[in-house]
Amino acid sequence: MELRSNAPTGPIEQRWDKHRFDMKLVNPANKRKYSIIMVGSGLAGGSGAATLAELGYNVSCFCYQDSPRRAHSIAAQGGINAAKNYRNDGDSIYRLFYDTVKGGDFRARESNVYRLAQVSVNIIDQMVAQGVPFAREYGGLLDNRSFGGAQVSRTFYARGQTGQQLLLGAYQQLERQIGLGKVKMYPRHEMLELITIDGRARGIVTRDMTTGKVESHLADAVCLATGGYGNVFYLSTNAKGCNTTANWRAYKKGAAFANPCYTQIHPTCIPVSGDHQSKLTLMSESLRNDGRVWVPKKKGDTRKPADIPEDERDYYLERKYPSFGNLAPRDIASRAAKEACDDGRGVGPGGKGVYLDFADAIKRLGSHAIAEKYGNLFEMYERITDENPYKQPMRIYPAVHYTMGGLWVDYNLQSTIPGLHVLGEANFSDHGANRLGASALMQGLADGYFIIPYTIGHYLASNKLEKITTDHPEVKKAEAAVTDRINKFLSINGKRSPTSFHRELGKIMWEYCGMARNDAGLKTALEKIPALREEFWKDVKVLGDGFSLNQSLEMAGRVADFLELGELMCLDALERKESAGGHYRTEYQDEGEAKRDDANFCHVAAWEYAGEGKKPIRNIEPLDFEYVHLATRSYK
Amino acid sequence: MNLTLHVWRQKNAKATGAFVTYQAKDISPDMSFLEMLDVVNEDLIAKNEEPITFDHDCREGICGACGMVINGAPHGPKQRTTTCQLHMRSFKDGDELTLEPWRAEAFPIVRDLMVDRSAFDRIIASGGFITAPTGTAQDANAIPVRKENADLAMDAAACIGCGACVAACPNASAMLFTGAKVSQLALLPQGQPERYDRVLKMVSEMDASGFGSCTNHGECASACPKGISLQNIARMNRDFVKASLTDGTRDASGDTGGAG
Ligand code: FES
Repeated sequence: MELRSNAPTGPIEQRWDKHRFDMKLVNPANKRKYSIIMVGSGLAGGSGAATLAELGYNVSCFCYQDSPRRAHSIAAQGGINAAKNYRNDGDSIYRLFYDTVKGGDFRARESNVYRLAQVSVNIIDQMVAQGVPFAREYGGLLDNRSFGGAQVSRTFYARGQTGQQLLLGAYQQLERQIGLGKVKMYPRHEMLELITIDGRARGIVTRDMTTGKVESHLADAVCLATGGYGNVFYLSTNAKGCNTTANWRAYKKGAAFANPCYTQIHPTCIPVSGDHQSKLTLMSESLRNDGRVWVPKKKGDTRKPADIPEDERDYYLERKYPSFGNLAPRDIASRAAKEACDDGRGVGPGGKGVYLDFADAIKRLGSHAIAEKYGNLFEMYERITDENPYKQPMRIYPAVHYTMGGLWVDYNLQSTIPGLHVLGEANFSDHGANRLGASALMQGLADGYFIIPYTIGHYLASNKLEKITTDHPEVKKAEAAVTDRINKFLSINGKRSPTSFHRELGKIMWEYCGMARNDAGLKTALEKIPALREEFWKDVKVLGDGFSLNQSLEMAGRVADFLELGELMCLDALERKESAGGHYRTEYQDEGEAKRDDANFCHVAAWEYAGEGKKPIRNIEPLDFEYVHLATRSYK
Repeated sequence: MNLTLHVWRQKNAKATGAFVTYQAKDISPDMSFLEMLDVVNEDLIAKNEEPITFDHDCREGICGACGMVINGAPHGPKQRTTTCQLHMRSFKDGDELTLEPWRAEAFPIVRDLMVDRSAFDRIIASGGFITAPTGTAQDANAIPVRKENADLAMDAAACIGCGACVAACPNASAMLFTGAKVSQLALLPQGQPERYDRVLKMVSEMDASGFGSCTNHGECASACPKGISLQNIARMNRDFVKASLTDGTRDASGDTGGAG
């Protein structure tokens, strides 16, 4: 498989401009003749579908939720980065680019990251024009806060609900196009297969989740904006419905899957409370602006936090990383929490927690000011734990939050299948091995608003696309594959629910492919997962039928795909014999700090499906760093 | 703890439904309400009975997917809390709970506790937006917004579109949902050009979708998990009257926001 990044060359500041000029255009009258499928309605999918429709394309948009407004982008709390330099604190496009490349531990493509930083400023302008109620200062101008991995304040926010407000902005723009008839929306529809004809992506097969109807939809190009695969761990901060199915179907049809092992474990989540736990809840990273992270110095210290005197506390992030302190990047902060707990100094039930303490900030600013900044987060914490964070420190623990890996895309966001474009968290492109806080919203909107509208035109104008109909044998084949699979699930009649398999897979992934990984553990996982998968296909129990709303059937399909993806993640983790960002191999470290191996692993690993039962092929896209020079990441 | 549940079961929109009684056993007070239902569902599957269908996704109170009427109260007994954020510590051993879907003509039942809320999307599509196509924006700080207005707009924008307001209202009115969006956009300078046109279109779509009218019961605001205030309805009514008098053509260019 050839991996051509199609990234332009020349001075980095001019690359996107030059590329935009070099790309072919579709003239306005012709845009009406093209149809585009968008799967997903989050920040990337919603903004992309709306913008493509504004340009004149005929768009069909699909989501599994009952409304496009519920896509999981909505749950992002803290903020969105933009290199506006409104604070006059030394920010610039170059600095955002630099921070992102470094934050990603030098495993992202420079050209993509620079473009992301460039369009970040347009995103804020666009969202304000749409009426997103960002936080303001008394003078009426926009407010900012700081986030991990940066020494400037470039994060724009709307209380603790930034994702919600941005998503509703994009959703409203999408609804406008739906009202105008330019977007046809298909809520409660799940994509279960990709249709490729003559090597090009030409459509999808969906199941109407209400009626069970299996149907094909054809188009001139297909976009996937279906989010990340963090739910492979069962417990994560993702919504319950988030899944890998769309991406996995595309992978099995020939789209390379890049860096599947790069997962982000977020340091500040509410700890697990018991076996019944169905999901984990994040506490925004913005809390680390004012909260101080600590554990007792003594092992097994069970005193109440208030009874532990100052000099018996270990503010370990401030101690180890004095220049970034509590705002160290996520991968580093998560590992440090794990270390403290592994060392027997964790707090709360089972010792799986560290304190995030606001006492100093409340003393300094007053509880009113703290409530104004974080009120809704404090409320949420109290609702879940029944503890009042104004009076006692929060207990937090790392949890799976985001996946940097995803389908491989070139500079045009096109996968290795021509005509299949991948946007937002679903692709792999911008965050390298670790994503900085407040950058996911930025990337989703950058892809949807400012990149795909240009690059898809180039694809459409450069290719001659035959007219096809749903009678095409490839379409029939794809439909049959979907129906067969559904019938298979319903006919196994085993003993275990899909959820029980999912939980078991999650435990394997968390133990062997979580915050710390090693050769022996990954090999164990690579034995356990196929065995579990085999059991699944023999013993899963799906009640009900295929012709009505059936949540067990939906779940079974998603778990089946996770059972395959989990294996690929472990394989990727095993073969990446270095530590980088969120991928931490205990064999490759320097006193607990991740140790990259640039001589051998300064590349993207893009996995190619080789057929049932065959080992997938590991392809390589080398990464060059012309601007941000390879260096050991230091936040000390 | 152990609880008895009377759950509305209905196979699809056309079928007739009925309450079925289930036992929820060994429930921990730390479970969320939906985790309690997960336990019940796993039990049902083990007994070869089809699990209870309910909508949910984020399970952190923000997506607005979840929602059911618990003992007569949308989202249950706890103020300002969605069903997914409700915890079992709000109940006690031996409690008997009745679980029903949102009941409203405009929200047909899909299955069991799941309803079709697409009428909300249609209200937004009719005018709940600012027409700002991608690429036309000026610098974000070129439009200063009074902090008070920005805060009020944010209060209104916090709506999660769950539909509890409609379920709580004796007339199944969608005034709180619609009023919140109308207010948010009317409070901001960016929303002025379409302000009066918008309110007319959204109200007319609301009526066309079969929502009832508002007779000032105020149940909607007390059921709202996000604390959306009744003031939003008052703001919408004011704009609606103004707009109706001038047929939506009123020149709003003199307004700089400040519907509050
Ligand atoms: S599941 Fe998202 S608000 Fe309850």
